[in-house]
Amino acid sequence: MDFGDTQAIKKHVRVYVTVFITLLALTLITVAISRLHLNVPLAIAVALFIAAVKGSLVASYFMHLISEKKVIYAALILTVVFFAALMSLPLFHHSNPIIEHNVP
Amino acid sequence: MDIPYTVTPHPETGVFNAKAGIWLFLASEVMLFGALFTTYILLRIGAPEWPHGELDVALATVNTAVLITSSITMVMAWASLMMKSFGKFRLYLGLTILLGFGFLIIKYFEYSHHIRMGDLPGKNTFFAIYFTLTGLHGLHVIGGMIVNSYMWGPGSKMWKTEPARFTNRIEVAGLYWHFVDLVWIFLFPVLYLL
Repeated sequence: MDFGDTQAIKKHVRVYVTVFITLLALTLITVAISRLHLNVPLAIAVALFIAAVKGSLVASYFMHLISEKKVIYAALILTVVFFAALMSLPLFHHSNPIIEHNVP
Repeated sequence: MDIPYTVTPHPETGVFNAKAGIWLFLASEVMLFGALFTTYILLRIGAPEWPHGELDVALATVNTAVLITSSITMVMAWASLMMKSFGKFRLYLGLTILLGFGFLIIKYFEYSHHIRMGDLPGKNTFFAIYFTLTGLHGLHVIGGMIVNSYMWGPGSKMWKTEPARFTNRIEVAGLYWHFVDLVWIFLFPVLYLL
């Protein structure tokens, strides 16, 4: 998309509006599902799944990640790897009997 | 000394330097909030019980809508510059700043209520992590509003002399603002609904 290319940008604007309406709808759906009082694992899975969809829409379209250069993807893949490692730390803690035994 | 590659892409990266810089910064931000989310999971797993219904879901839902709306006004501010419409740019960026204020005002009412009720970080683990996560996010909102206000006001003079460079600046400011929205998209269900 070039600076001053009005026609190309107008097409993008239509996409932005569609994404915006989808994000608002997904927010209401998240709240509605939370009122169904599902069991905790299912409620967590559904809420995080919808949040992940919303986050992907923001990143892909508002942040233009859907058409970005390779260097940006490379930096983000590295970030995702470290983020996943960080998120897996509670699993290691939970399965470590030495830590559990030493907790007063 | 001129800063290189503010408009044209760097031959090595294929993007202008500020864009490469903001993405690296956002990567570090992912790790910052990631560490706090991991802390939240650890605390919640280790807690014998976890409070429910302590927070105002209706206010937080409105705040989510406010931030999502501010994201589209931000991207529209950039799109307006790409279409060389400076007047619309100022309108959309002004709206983004006002929506940021709106978010903080609603958060102020939430915080005031908790303080009145004695729901402070020292009360329990839940309120400790709630104030840490939302407080850090709120500081990011304030940071974004300061940058956006500069771009709306004195910083916008650059449009007259270097329009393409100014447009790139707004894209970079927008990337940060969308990231702040993205963080809230995860904070909302984790803190208010689960």
